[in-house]
Amino acid sequence: MTTHPEATTQPKATAPVKAQTVPAGTPTKITQGSPTKGGIGESTLRPDGTLKVTGEFAYSSDMWHEDMLWGQTLRSTVAHAEIVSIDTSEALATSGVYAVMTYDDLPAEMKNYGLEIQDTPVLAHGKVRHHGEPVAIVAADHPETARRAAAKIKIEYRELPLITDEASATAPDAVLVHEGRDDHHIGHVPHPNIVHRQPIIRGDADEAAKRADVIVTGEYVFGMQDQAFLGPESGLAVPSEDGGVELYVATQWLHSDLGQIAPVLGLPEDKVRMTLSGVGGAFGGREDISMQIHACLLALRTGKPVKIVYNRFESFFGHVHRHPAKLHYEHGATKDGKLTHMKCRIVLDGGAYASASPAVVGNASSLSVGPYKIEDVDIEAVALYTNNPPCGAMRGFGAVQACFAYEAQMDKLAAKLDMDPVEFRQLNAMEQGTLLPTGQPCDSPAPVAELLRRVKSRPLPPEQQWLAAGSEGTSIDVRALPGGLSNTTHGEGVVRGIGYAVGLKNVGFSEGFDDYSTARVRMEVINGEAVATVHTAMAEVGQGGVTVHAQIARTELGVNQVTIHPADTRVGSAGSTSASRQTYVTGGAVKNSCEAVREKVLELGRTKFGTYHPAWATAELLLEGGKVVTDGGEVLADVADVLEDEAIDIELEWRHRPTEAFDLRTGQGNGHVQYSFAAHRAVVEVDTELGLVKVIELACAQDVGKALNPLSVLGQIQGGTLQGMGVAVMEEIIVDPKTAKVRNPSFTDYLLPTILDTPTIPVDVLELADEHAPYGLRGIGEAPTLSSTPAVLAAIRNATGLELNRTPVRPEHLTGT
Amino acid sequence: MDFLRPASWEEALAAKAEHPTAVPIAGGTDVMVEINFDHRRPEYLLDLNRIDELTEWEVGQESVRLGASVPYSAIMENLRTELPGLALASHTVASPQIRNRGGVGGNLGTASPAGDAHPALLAAGAEVEAESVRGTRLIPIDAFYTGVKRNALEPDELIRAVHIKKADGPQQYSKVGTRNAMVIAVCAFGLALHPETRTVRTGIGSAAPTPVRAKEAEAFLNAALDEGGFWESGKIITPAIAKQFAALASGACNPIDDVRGTAKYRRHAVGIMARRTLGWTWEQYRGAGRTLEGAA
Repeated sequence: MTTHPEATTQPKATAPVKAQTVPAGTPTKITQGSPTKGGIGESTLRPDGTLKVTGEFAYSSDMWHEDMLWGQTLRSTVAHAEIVSIDTSEALATSGVYAVMTYDDLPAEMKNYGLEIQDTPVLAHGKVRHHGEPVAIVAADHPETARRAAAKIKIEYRELPLITDEASATAPDAVLVHEGRDDHHIGHVPHPNIVHRQPIIRGDADEAAKRADVIVTGEYVFGMQDQAFLGPESGLAVPSEDGGVELYVATQWLHSDLGQIAPVLGLPEDKVRMTLSGVGGAFGGREDISMQIHACLLALRTGKPVKIVYNRFESFFGHVHRHPAKLHYEHGATKDGKLTHMKCRIVLDGGAYASASPAVVGNASSLSVGPYKIEDVDIEAVALYTNNPPCGAMRGFGAVQACFAYEAQMDKLAAKLDMDPVEFRQLNAMEQGTLLPTGQPCDSPAPVAELLRRVKSRPLPPEQQWLAAGSEGTSIDVRALPGGLSNTTHGEGVVRGIGYAVGLKNVGFSEGFDDYSTARVRMEVINGEAVATVHTAMAEVGQGGVTVHAQIARTELGVNQVTIHPADTRVGSAGSTSASRQTYVTGGAVKNSCEAVREKVLELGRTKFGTYHPAWATAELLLEGGKVVTDGGEVLADVADVLEDEAIDIELEWRHRPTEAFDLRTGQGNGHVQYSFAAHRAVVEVDTELGLVKVIELACAQDVGKALNPLSVLGQIQGGTLQGMGVAVMEEIIVDPKTAKVRNPSFTDYLLPTILDTPTIPVDVLELADEHAPYGLRGIGEAPTLSSTPAVLAAIRNATGLELNRTPVRPEHLTGT
Repeated sequence: MDFLRPASWEEALAAKAEHPTAVPIAGGTDVMVEINFDHRRPEYLLDLNRIDELTEWEVGQESVRLGASVPYSAIMENLRTELPGLALASHTVASPQIRNRGGVGGNLGTASPAGDAHPALLAAGAEVEAESVRGTRLIPIDAFYTGVKRNALEPDELIRAVHIKKADGPQQYSKVGTRNAMVIAVCAFGLALHPETRTVRTGIGSAAPTPVRAKEAEAFLNAALDEGGFWESGKIITPAIAKQFAALASGACNPIDDVRGTAKYRRHAVGIMARRTLGWTWEQYRGAGRTLEGAA
């Protein structure tokens, strides 16, 4: 039931005609409109695609400036300690070193930064709170000189007791990770080592539990995943003559960075001019500041351009990770399979600094029920302050951890009721109109049951695909077996399993945040052709905004040539490239500004040519193929003639529907903008003796509202699916509980799926319009990351019969070793 | 750091004699990682890439003399018949790009217990040709690994080649990693049947401080096969024998818990791999084995 909700602005296909030059002032010479190519709904190709594949794309780490210095960060070797002394004298005396800076050298009164709570010191102040915290920075004329000089800085630590989990965080005599908190959450948290707590109470879960014929409970553990973007943190800061600084950097949100950078530099925001440079992936990991402030500080101190590039090892310490979580769930159901109630408690480890923890708590709690109708719930989510690595935004943002747990619960319930796991889910699936635990109704399509039906009805991949018949008898293709090229099985011990999962993700920033975006659109005539320029501060991190913005401009303005201006802070904020929001919000802003430009063009046209044709006053007018046309397809004028030498240039902010904060005691409130749904079916082969897993197929069905660029949609869904699979079977940052130190900060030991680990990912796309969103679209980037992980876990459980309450699954868990 | 670039093998030996602390570098797949991570900062690097003969191999009557720098990809492509165990091991090394650069000489020089080639060399039987300005000697592979990342080379010696016994029977190699390609070994197992001598040899990787043979397991199996007349009859090895062999192979491990896996898992997995590789090689010996695709 694919629907195409809205095509009002999509030009109808008409026969192409040869372009004619029509002298100004003679609009009565009517020519037919030609269709605009490359508008929304087409799979136009990414402008950066070929460059990236061939290795020619310039990433932020490739920047170079004459006379530039290299910055290096010295990071703490212990997780929690007082800094007794810092001796920088030997580092400063090193030939080639231009500056060494510590906390004492910070120029402004403001010395901290943070996304929501400014609790993160630019450089450690008297204390370090996690392994790898920046303590000092060095600028030198060669990266190796900078690195060696940093190593000569002597720091004496006096170690403090470690806070590593909820028990140690909330113990009566617990050391406070942050003393003297004055942020706006401190008033409602039960302990100062808890960043934020969000309960959600609706109905009466205890009373409803009495109606349950079966009750299942579970304790679940979600490991710490890393965004593992391939382009490490990097940027270049160039001091300018006015005492300000130009910063070229790979980030997710220029204006959020700006708001944190300028105060600690002691500069007004207009003296910090930021330009986005080539971003090699983000996934949430670039939402926080990394090297931005350090590079600016060194550049301003030395008066020279300073470049900082993290290597892979440092990158593991240079950004926040996905919150590891412990989740306790209780669900009940009647014997005919109707969910009665849900209680859950979600404990997220936020690590040493707040980062996005409060918002992750809001998401985890408000989405903890998943895409199911349950009227009686008792929910609590908290994020801890600990001495573990700081955690923050990552694709799926709190909803991922919850989905892993509630989907395991659904399978347990179905098994206990002796029901099919998909039918059980369908029986309880939310729909349009369902009230969420926050009391917010879902007011756009919610095809949860349909998505499940689609993945289930797909034919299964053939059994024993590793057997290949050849002329010399049967041969074995180890690439299709668990263990792959490592040749660990030829079929021995291999059992197939199938699992299902479905998830619920919000789109956009929630809880009353003013989640606007800004777009500046310019239309003018160049060489006789009407062309457009789109200027936003949107960070292109691989999501495809640069492609989609041009498609929107072509559709709305009827131009073929669209220039995407580099993203910088000379235009208003676009908000973050996260929360699956950019196509919705900045796409919406571009659409809105294009509409305003179109109105100006039409206004101008009416003034110039209105008297020549009555349709100027009476018809719905569009811009199409460089012409002003009526909705009936009649051409009224060339846009080039309307504009002549005039350029129309409009910058506007655009907002989606406002949201509300969640009540701090009941969690009630219309907190979310939009929801996004995806379902997966995983087919795995498990070597049950060696505990190795091969995911054979991960079929996904997702509602995208409207596929603005179907090829990009496919890429997002496949990528999200694979990232979810990674944390099911291999991806985990391992932190030693005794020292709170990271044990595997490298791609040797933090494993990402290779192409041989990548299953077939068939994708089924639904387009059910959300009437509140531009073109009916739905943010799509995160939903597939939710359901992929629990689907793989369910399939492994199906193959092994094991309970498996933690992810990622390691061979030890499958073999009891 | 000085970068020494000898143009010939003789120059390389002279340089190593003059600078015994020089670290030889060929493919750089181990050395460069160590340098990039600042784990070592050698005074001298001795670049062997200008010495063509190190990338050559000769197939002799008894053995293959494999130049120290012959890349893994060349072993996979050209020596599958003569060195099937090593060819299988080569295919598990890292990525195609690294297999084009790295060679067995580097694996031996580093002597990490996790080196992929070691179990295959131990199982096949091999000698390391070590040379210095003082002369050449052949070090039996069993005596080569002397400790964690230590080997029997003298400070002035370089690895010229490794002499590996040509296969006289089926060989297999298995490696456990938690990814289906491009992964460092959690543990590995190599097994070679030697019908000419009616013996079985093994090699274990990443489950002890050095690569080791499962000698008790070999002795047990050799005796059991002999007593049961298995070599003559080619009959199926009884599950009891396979099980005991696997248990003894497990027992030959002396593993640690680390970020890649637990000691208990390593013992367990080595046992499973021992049983499976024995089964596969024996099926091949009996003429009933299946060929492998995708592997070497």
